[in-house]
Amino acid sequence: MSNTKITTRNVNVHYGDNHALHNVTIDVEANAVTAFIGPSGCGKSTFLRCLNRMNDVIDSCRIDGEILIDNRNIYDANLDPVELRAQVGMVFQKPNPFPKSIYDNVAYGPRIHGLTSSRAELDEVVETSLRRAGLWEEVKNRQTAVASGLSGGQQQRLCIARAIAVNPDILLMDEPCSALDPIATAIIEELIDDLRNSYTIIIVTHSMQQAARISQKTAYFHMGHLVEYDSTDNIFTRPQEKQTEAYISGKIG
Amino acid sequence: MVHIVSSFDEDFASLNQTIAQLGGLAEAQLSEVTDLLEVRKIDGLRELIARDKELDKLEEQLNEQAITLIARRAPMAQDLRRVLVAIKVASALERVGDYAKNIAKRAQIIIPAQINGAPMASLIRMSHMVQQMLHQVMDAYMEMDDKLALDVYNRDVEVDQLHTSLFHSLVSLLHEAGESSTAPSHLLFVAKNIERVGDFATNIAEQIYFLVHGHLPSDDRQKADHSSDLGA
Repeated sequence: MSNTKITTRNVNVHYGDNHALHNVTIDVEANAVTAFIGPSGCGKSTFLRCLNRMNDVIDSCRIDGEILIDNRNIYDANLDPVELRAQVGMVFQKPNPFPKSIYDNVAYGPRIHGLTSSRAELDEVVETSLRRAGLWEEVKNRQTAVASGLSGGQQQRLCIARAIAVNPDILLMDEPCSALDPIATAIIEELIDDLRNSYTIIIVTHSMQQAARISQKTAYFHMGHLVEYDSTDNIFTRPQEKQTEAYISGKIG
Repeated sequence: MVHIVSSFDEDFASLNQTIAQLGGLAEAQLSEVTDLLEVRKIDGLRELIARDKELDKLEEQLNEQAITLIARRAPMAQDLRRVLVAIKVASALERVGDYAKNIAKRAQIIIPAQINGAPMASLIRMSHMVQQMLHQVMDAYMEMDDKLALDVYNRDVEVDQLHTSLFHSLVSLLHEAGESSTAPSHLLFVAKNIERVGDFATNIAEQIYFLVHGHLPSDDRQKADHSSDLGA
């Protein structure tokens, strides 16, 4: 049943002399939510950023190994990183809407990628994206209002709508709820659960409870190593590795 | 390994303390009622019956502690199993207390009837076996010792065998008793109660194994309580 969307083999990342990731090999399932967990500095965000080549912009960063999306090597010389980032959307910790209207935030991607040929078509993409992000009903009558006027949770859903607008099939989320209150978090979690029918989702989170609530698979990273990767049920009830058990239970020694 | 938040460990320690109290009290109740049966002393039975309320209270206290721990700590993996197992062990120990109380009630009729001989001796022996199992399984619980727990788990078969043979003798006793069959009938129930305490000790052993391993022991254990099949 499960089909693999992302395959990585022996991925190593160096920032100058710092060996940040060691031989990360993982198969990420399509149309499922995969959670990356681990203490700060464990490499989970670094790894996430390899998946849409966000690390390319860091000069000292060197990446070895293979990363395949739909069996295509994303570090291939003739692959356009800009197109890759449309296919692999990203949502960040702090909602970061552009200083534009709600409408223009969502329309931005389709415009620069030339995805639509008329205003009516663009309107439709904006509406569909906002609907999918669960924001349409709240903003449909004020699409020209500036995005920064929205609440934190609404801004984050706007950023999800913006990512969705360019038709990605993968969504990377780096701590998308850490700046939100529990209600806004619950709304985003419900949205993620809904979105996984259409997208492959990877979420980095520091909240064990959040990983347990929303993901089907969980990967535990520690000091640049992928320590354990299994179904979320197994990771949170009977992890195989002592390090994983210690981390999810908040233990040391 | 210890929790980074030390009060989390303190919560578990106080959970264990309640279980230890429950275990100690359950053992004491069974041991005392057995001794009273053996020396045929009716004094003390009433106090013993009244003391059962303490076990009920302790179980209630344990449940309260467990609920608070789950709500406040959101335990995962083995921590979560510890809480679940504590709830089940407390419930098993409370049931052991109920059986001891029930034996005490029946003892008020059995003791004056002056039943002698082999059946009574077997019953006392069976109770001692069960008390030892209960004691050992509580040690295993406190130490999270799955090997000791498995030892108890495998010993239940001896209790079952003894119970089956005791059942035979008691049925013969009933045949001979004629009109005075009331006391031997009660003795039959006492034997069953003690056998059930053995089952509870075995259940606790199973839970300890689950706590350590995340799954129950494979169920290829020999069963030997055939008293339910007799006369069929």
